[in-house]
Amino acid sequence: MTQATFSIRRGGRETAELVDYRTDVTEGMVVLDAVHQIQAESAPDLACRWNCKAGKCGSCSAEINGMPKLMCMTRLDTIPLDEPVTIEPMRAFPPVKDLITDVSWNYEVKKRIKKFKPRKPDAEDGTWRMMQEDVDRVQEFRKCIECFLCQDVCHVLRDHEKHAEFIGPRFLVYTAALEMHPLDVENRTQDLKDAHGIGYCNITKCCTKVCPEHITITDNAIIPLKERVVDEHYDPIGKLVKLFRKR
Amino acid sequence: MASNLVSIQRRGFGQTMRKDTWWVAPLLTFIGLGSFVLYSTWAAFQGAHYWVPGTGYLSPFYSPELFGNSPHALFGPQPSWIPSWLPFSPALLILWAPGGFRFTCYYYRGAYYKAMWADPIACAVGEPRKGYRGENWFPLILQNIHRYFLYLAIFFLFFLAYDAWSAMWFQAADGTWRFGVGVGTLVLTANVFCLGFYTLSCHSLRHLVGGVYDVLSNKPIRKKAYGCVSSLNKRHMLFAWISLFVVGFSDIYVRLVSMGIWTDYRII
Repeated sequence: MTQATFSIRRGGRETAELVDYRTDVTEGMVVLDAVHQIQAESAPDLACRWNCKAGKCGSCSAEINGMPKLMCMTRLDTIPLDEPVTIEPMRAFPPVKDLITDVSWNYEVKKRIKKFKPRKPDAEDGTWRMMQEDVDRVQEFRKCIECFLCQDVCHVLRDHEKHAEFIGPRFLVYTAALEMHPLDVENRTQDLKDAHGIGYCNITKCCTKVCPEHITITDNAIIPLKERVVDEHYDPIGKLVKLFRKR
Repeated sequence: MASNLVSIQRRGFGQTMRKDTWWVAPLLTFIGLGSFVLYSTWAAFQGAHYWVPGTGYLSPFYSPELFGNSPHALFGPQPSWIPSWLPFSPALLILWAPGGFRFTCYYYRGAYYKAMWADPIACAVGEPRKGYRGENWFPLILQNIHRYFLYLAIFFLFFLAYDAWSAMWFQAADGTWRFGVGVGTLVLTANVFCLGFYTLSCHSLRHLVGGVYDVLSNKPIRKKAYGCVSSLNKRHMLFAWISLFVVGFSDIYVRLVSMGIWTDYRII
């Protein structure tokens, strides 16, 4: 039977180290299986957050060989096993213990985004009518499982720690889902420019690369939002044209 | 807010736990973009060998030729109001527009921030600088004028299409102009198509034709246009690189044919 070595970060908030564990590897295993096997065999106190094992709950986010990935969706046959496989917690958030990080900052950010504000109901019974083709565009954003891998890989948060000024790709996707919704009448462009710091995004597309749901974060959410900010704040000619059209 | 966040230990430049060849993509981008910038700057300052006598060939770096000494010049030779101590070349008058379009392009921005400025050099790899201001302040806030460069780029496409048409006419021995197709014709025609795909797949254009609206079902023309631009936009990166290569090659082709180093073979 094949064996592989896994270097797993062990430690708390202040100090930590990479500890090597060897375990058997069988066909079809994912990284999370290996972590569970290590827990069962040699490290019962290894802390690791997980839930569905199907890539839908977004709990088992970690950095595998330096790249943010879901442990449950990373098959061992896709990574080289001839050298130790490193498993670390997400770097953009404070570590709690071993592979667990404190992602509560994300929930605070979500509260700051203006909520869905529908237009007046279309029918007397208080219901709305909308075309599927108009909702299709935001449907993609609803696939997000809030694994926060995009937040983790974003260098604005990860390397520059702009947590107080930038909401990160996950919440730009969330804002896009609200802002582009055919029923929504709220305007979030001023917030996007100032409070949400969309100007910090420099379009490196790392968020898109790591998204396990394959949401085209940069092209379909962030850039269209940047363009809406341009409409409002950086396009005087467009503003003039709109002014004349209204008259 | 965010007071519970502990400081994240920064990694130094190039430090990462990644074990793949993450440095290949930024290196190729650096070489590709760097070579193009160096060559196009050199070519723009030459002011010679940008058209081929006896053919309709004109280098795309010099089109539209506002002032110049070739028969393609729209307004005659170098005007007297341009100081003689300034280096003059027809390309210098116009190349800022397509250059600005590429410089402010959403794809290229991401590419050169990584490859040229290491901000970051690759995903999940340490950066050289601690400070970061993004595109919030001058000069990078000017990236927001991309749509104005888009308008100019669309305008330029018409000139380049006309150039492709001009490249189908050759001067006969008796001095008359006759229809024909040379390798240069194919190169300049391919150039306008590649630049067309690149320009029409622009993110700003996608926004302007339909993305700006939340409801498109009641705007059938905009909906169609948005669908077309969106499908092209998925390959924006590909078009960006192909068009960059082809426009550079078009200039090289016209230059070398004009200098007599390459022979332009006639097909028709």
